[in-house]
Amino acid sequence: MTTSGGDKIIRMANQIATFMASRSGGGAEAAEGLAAHINDFWEPRMRRQLFELIDAEAAGFEPLVREAAPHIRRPAETA
Amino acid sequence: MKDFILPDDRDMGTPASRSKTMVTLEIDGFPVTVPEGTSIMRAAAEAGISVPKLCATDSVDAFGSCRLCLVEIEGRNGTPASCTTPVAPGLKVHTQTGKLKQLRRGVMELYISDHPLDCLTCAANGDCELQDMAGAVGLRDVRYEAVDTHFQPRDAAGGANPQWLPKDESNPYFTYDPSKCIVCSRCVRACEEIQGTFALTISGRGFDSRVHAGLADDSFLTSDCVSCGACVQACPTATLTEKSVIEIGTPERSVITTCAYCGVGCQFKAELRGDELVRMVPWKHGKANRGHSCVKGRFAWGYATHRDRILSPMIRDRIDEPWREVSWEEAMTFAADRMRAIQDRHGRQSIGVITSSRCTNEETYLVQKLARAVFRNNNTDTCARVCHSPTGYGLGQTYGTSAGTQDFDSVEQCDVAVVIGANPHSGHPVFASRLKKRLRQGAKLILIDPRRTEMHDGPHFRAAHHLALKPGTNVAVVSALAHVIVTEKLYDEAFIRSRCDWDEFQDYAEFIADPRHSPEAVEPLTGVPAGEMRAAARLYAGAGNGAIYYGLGVTEHSQGSTTVIGIANLAMLTGNIGRPGVGVNPLRGQNNVQGSCDMGSFPHELPGYRHVKNPEVRAIYERVWGVEIDPEPGLRIPNMLDAAVEGSFKGLYCQGEDILQSDPDTQHVAAALAAMDCVIVHDLFLNETANYAHVFFPGSSFLEKDGTFTNAERRINPVRRVMAPKQGLADWEVTQMFANTMLKAAGAPEWHYAHPSEIMDEIAATTPSFAGVSFDRLDRLGSIQWPCNDAAPEGTPMMHVEGFVRGRGRFIRTEYVATDERSGPRYPLLLTTGRILSQYNVGAQTRRTANVAWHAEDVLEIHPHDAETRGIRDGDWVRLASRSGETTLRAEITDKVSPGVVYTTFHHPETQANVITTDYSDWATNCPEYKVTAVQVAPSNGPSDWQKSYQEQADLARRILPAAE
Repeated sequence: MTTSGGDKIIRMANQIATFMASRSGGGAEAAEGLAAHINDFWEPRMRRQLFELIDAEAAGFEPLVREAAPHIRRPAETA
Repeated sequence: MKDFILPDDRDMGTPASRSKTMVTLEIDGFPVTVPEGTSIMRAAAEAGISVPKLCATDSVDAFGSCRLCLVEIEGRNGTPASCTTPVAPGLKVHTQTGKLKQLRRGVMELYISDHPLDCLTCAANGDCELQDMAGAVGLRDVRYEAVDTHFQPRDAAGGANPQWLPKDESNPYFTYDPSKCIVCSRCVRACEEIQGTFALTISGRGFDSRVHAGLADDSFLTSDCVSCGACVQACPTATLTEKSVIEIGTPERSVITTCAYCGVGCQFKAELRGDELVRMVPWKHGKANRGHSCVKGRFAWGYATHRDRILSPMIRDRIDEPWREVSWEEAMTFAADRMRAIQDRHGRQSIGVITSSRCTNEETYLVQKLARAVFRNNNTDTCARVCHSPTGYGLGQTYGTSAGTQDFDSVEQCDVAVVIGANPHSGHPVFASRLKKRLRQGAKLILIDPRRTEMHDGPHFRAAHHLALKPGTNVAVVSALAHVIVTEKLYDEAFIRSRCDWDEFQDYAEFIADPRHSPEAVEPLTGVPAGEMRAAARLYAGAGNGAIYYGLGVTEHSQGSTTVIGIANLAMLTGNIGRPGVGVNPLRGQNNVQGSCDMGSFPHELPGYRHVKNPEVRAIYERVWGVEIDPEPGLRIPNMLDAAVEGSFKGLYCQGEDILQSDPDTQHVAAALAAMDCVIVHDLFLNETANYAHVFFPGSSFLEKDGTFTNAERRINPVRRVMAPKQGLADWEVTQMFANTMLKAAGAPEWHYAHPSEIMDEIAATTPSFAGVSFDRLDRLGSIQWPCNDAAPEGTPMMHVEGFVRGRGRFIRTEYVATDERSGPRYPLLLTTGRILSQYNVGAQTRRTANVAWHAEDVLEIHPHDAETRGIRDGDWVRLASRSGETTLRAEITDKVSPGVVYTTFHHPETQANVITTDYSDWATNCPEYKVTAVQVAPSNGPSDWQKSYQEQADLARRILPAAE
């Protein structure tokens, strides 16, 4: 059994959120850290999926992920 | 190869002394100056005088039993043995006098009187020290009649000779012929001092003394012998001889090269006759192994000429068709056309590469260059993704560099070794021998592992503390250790103030001092008794040099990167960084994991760990490669597989890695591969991944090409071609041919590398930490630890000596987060996986050698309690199931694992342990969580449905059409 694409993206974003929140005790620094990590390591396709979920107000995200969204680079429309 | 001159290879008789005090004496009239503690034998050898000897060799301590190395010293009585007599200032030594000549001849006469004189048909003919010494002492006559002997099967009357023992041929790689033994004890001492197994002994006394493996009724194979070959190497006669030498004869030339198994990176002398490899002998000047080896590097190289090797390129339109053998040109055109067609239809980002951590740096560099400069995307990754990517992230964040801090020699000065989530006995055996040697000298060991591994205790060592944690609780344990160090004020404040960021330390100290991190608070989670945890923390913090060695039991978790950060914090807290005997040392799995990471295999960074987002870094490569580089990070292996299932990733060039067997959640990997339009596998064998491939490029073994591997110490070791590639081309040539086929079609300029040294020159010109590396310098120095540049022209054995690479060491908070993968009513046990000594990784190499004598199948270790409640007996078939899949294998009942924990290895595709593992991964790097899977175990009758259908698919996919005439 494999987690479906959307659930996996949500889980991965939440995992990063958990670390960033604990690293800096929450707040703006955590959101920026989360965004920087995703910008550095997530391929545009993954970021596109992330934004599709965030824009559709998908359930299951840690609040910090939504907080970080404005700092995450939106991928160009097509590769 | 031909112009490479071997460094001094002589046997100096006794080991070198480390003393800095020098002593001058006179040997045969020549003044000699050597370090205090040197033997007279070695001092003479330094002066170029070889004193005759049999029981002495420079790999083990002097023993003084053969009485051949006698010398005379002016002013001293008698004729002392030069091997056990240390030098002293002003001594006047004579190595060749009338008296000595007579004594030596007498000694040799006795030896030879009990030795079969079948020299012409003996396997050691021409390579026998007994023969050499008979010549050296001028033995011309043997006056003694051979009445009672060890070598004649029958006595004079024709009766059986009880002293004669048959040859022991039980070991697949070497024989023990007692009739040729001179009882010099070199084998016994090598087994003890170098390997540390203590499998050999001398039984009996006087004339009855015999070398014996194990207990009275043991053979070499049934004894504790691990077949490292140290005894064979030490034997001066044909008593212990490689079967390959018996079959082929003595070698006539040798080439120094580097083993292609684990990340220790042992250097070997490949000894050949013509282009036939006769044996691999550990190279005494190899700086990682110092003349030692394990069963894999020493003996398990037969896969290179195994009949399963594919020597012709092959293609097929669909994976349910049989393979068609074609020319290189046709294969290249087929592959290039398909990849281009995919990109035309699905976009530039729809294809990618996986570089090999088994191939050379030069080959890896070319494969990532293929992605970035020919495919024009950053979809490149390497199997380090699934093993040590958290090391890159964690050490990069805290120290500023993605590599171990020490060299292996450092272990000789450690006082406390902390081994976390690693079993060097099985995974890094030569390092394990060096560590065990230090433990026998009195260093302490803290073992942090769910299993009672072979590192827990052994001959003359035992872990001071074994923290047998529950799988998945690494961060809780590492944080609890830090909690004790901080709250009990065991930290090294001077080091922290001078080397680290003090504000960050204070933040970290406040965080970690919270009672929720105390050993008492986490005991219910980790299962580690709080008292034991506190004692371990005090030992590490308080005992001089503390060195941490860790492996995949740290990285392959949802919190792998956090644990690496926690480990880095521990070393900073205690000031255990920047001097010999300390450090943070990741034990790398495969031979070139370090190198493949260094070479820019990761999708987010160019060679030398520089992010693709940085325009100044891209500019360096854009200038040299003449193309624009994509500034966005590419897909990592798990992301490639997800994208393939979703339909946006359609083509993969996979070099020297078997992702179907090695990556987690096999059914997901298979679905991803099946969804692709072009899978190119470049390998020695039709591996499991090749079942889903459309193109097969035959690969070349490490014996067939030039290049470099970089080991766990950051040591760049030369790999030298000892024979021509069996399929005609080295792997770098294949990649270049493929790149050029694609470039030609696009009308772009082609690559023109004529030799791997030119690729290394390009790496050096573009990567600051490799700036000083060249093949010429590697030939001169033997090996180089990066960084190697103008500041460190001979390389850097130790990192962070004056300051951290990133400036100040950075403490980062490490909050424990339980993995989502946890046991419950359906899957009540936790599975963790690992390796065994005789097998390597997916087993593609070792399964094709006689190493299967030790490990023919993967078994499931289960605690007696868990077995009993399930009605499982030792050796029963059991079904192992997780939410991902199920397989069957045999059970081994053992208390090496705790109740609630089961363990297996992943060396055999028939078992396919990874059908069980899940798609959970490290938060930072997507390194899969191999080490924790909730499972259930039940009795079973045989293979699971999945195993049967897998085998059917594999049989179908491996068909090869007969070649067209």
